[in-house]
Amino acid sequence: MSKVVLVEIPFHLRTLAQVNGVLQLEVSEPVTIRSVLDALEARYPVLCGTIRDHTTLQRRAFLRFFACSEDLSHQSPETPLPEAVAAGREPLLIIGAIAGG
Amino acid sequence: MSKVRVLAGTKKGAFVLTADGKRNKWDVSGPFFAGWEIYHMKGSPVNPDRIYVSQTSGWFGQIIQRSDDGGKTWTAPGGGQQKSPQGWPMGESNKFVYDAAAAPLTTHQWYDGTQHPWEFKRVWHLEPSLTDADAVYAGVEDAALFRSTDGAHSWQEIPGLRGHGTGPAWQPGAGGMCLHTIVLDPADPNRIYIAISAAGAFRTDDGGKSWKPINKGLRAPYLPDEDREVGHCVHHIAMSPQRPGVLFMQKHWDVLRSDDAGDNWREVSGNLPTDFGFAIDVHAHEPETIYVAPIKSDSEHYPLDGQLKVWRSKTGGNEWEALTNGLPQQNCYVNVLRDAMAVDSLDDCGIYFGTTGGQVYVSPNAGDSWQPIVRDLPPVLSVEVQTLP
Repeated sequence: MSKVVLVEIPFHLRTLAQVNGVLQLEVSEPVTIRSVLDALEARYPVLCGTIRDHTTLQRRAFLRFFACSEDLSHQSPETPLPEAVAAGREPLLIIGAIAGG
Repeated sequence: MSKVRVLAGTKKGAFVLTADGKRNKWDVSGPFFAGWEIYHMKGSPVNPDRIYVSQTSGWFGQIIQRSDDGGKTWTAPGGGQQKSPQGWPMGESNKFVYDAAAAPLTTHQWYDGTQHPWEFKRVWHLEPSLTDADAVYAGVEDAALFRSTDGAHSWQEIPGLRGHGTGPAWQPGAGGMCLHTIVLDPADPNRIYIAISAAGAFRTDDGGKSWKPINKGLRAPYLPDEDREVGHCVHHIAMSPQRPGVLFMQKHWDVLRSDDAGDNWREVSGNLPTDFGFAIDVHAHEPETIYVAPIKSDSEHYPLDGQLKVWRSKTGGNEWEALTNGLPQQNCYVNVLRDAMAVDSLDDCGIYFGTTGGQVYVSPNAGDSWQPIVRDLPPVLSVEVQTLP
């Protein structure tokens, strides 16, 4: 079973993947950060390694995951995302840290 | 008529600067990959329209870009799909994974003297093969050498270097523990020179299987063993392709030369006003004519007295002359980084360098006079030049 999930990625990654706006991804259930990223990287392979490490799959330090006004960055990537995200009503936001020169 | 194409990597994107052989009117294109740090970009000597780019970011990691039309359009070769063991298609490239099976992932020295595991951070330098447009080497941080033989789709470590055995004594310089210099010997395809900050210089004579430190004659003041085998902060190495085996080095302190492929080095700083610097290069047709950009240090890292000067030696070192015509001689406080100097191979050899102030300068007459190609780019990290028919 799969669901359509909305995902918003940072400007530089949209440029890299040559996409605009909020992405709609078909994601295998259960809908988790890991399954969303699997689907995102499958659809846009150039993004492999840009959000999480190629090998360890750890989140890159200056990126954060938000949804439904919650910071989900530190939860297990296997944790199911909020129902509103899994249902495609709210996007998973992948945000670059607002820092640096 | 011949023309030149200058590839400038900056802290906020890549730029391509082109001119005819007179080198006084320039077209500027870019920024490409705006907002990303472009540590290095270099064209294939086999197919000059094939250009490889290291695009990197503290946020998003490492991307390799490639152009097959001289920098007009770009693709990330690893943007394609391949099957992962789990069945999901995965990205092919931009993936630099140390070959732990061939050389166990040991540790290197950290700033506090403890041991630290090897962690990939970025590609500092790309060196295309002299004979195959699809083959390219990458020098990375934490220090290791990678190679692609499929046009940068995929990368494999050459593990003999990291597995050399002295790794635990390597330590990062201020910019990280980076393999920043790769010199390919045109006379011997099995011979490669590399340099690491702060480990030193190494050479392979068997295509990368085995490596030896080539740091005899380098001195590291303040260390208990000033003549140690590794632990030297080599900033850059240059070699004239006409005379392989003769090497010139800008070390953290000292300019040195070797006449025996790095087996022995001797200092040739001579009358330089400061022997600190990053960049060094060799005239395209005069293998004893070399160029450096001395910088004031410790830690200031700008030209002495606010006067930007390239220094030239026509005697292979020791006797140096300041080149100032056209360069700012007051209130100039920029740096010239290690990969930010290059030479073309036109009859009147052109010398190029970029600054952390965003200028790229050209001298179309081997350093006698200079003019800015551009003045206001982001800080320039690297400059390469291609001489085109």
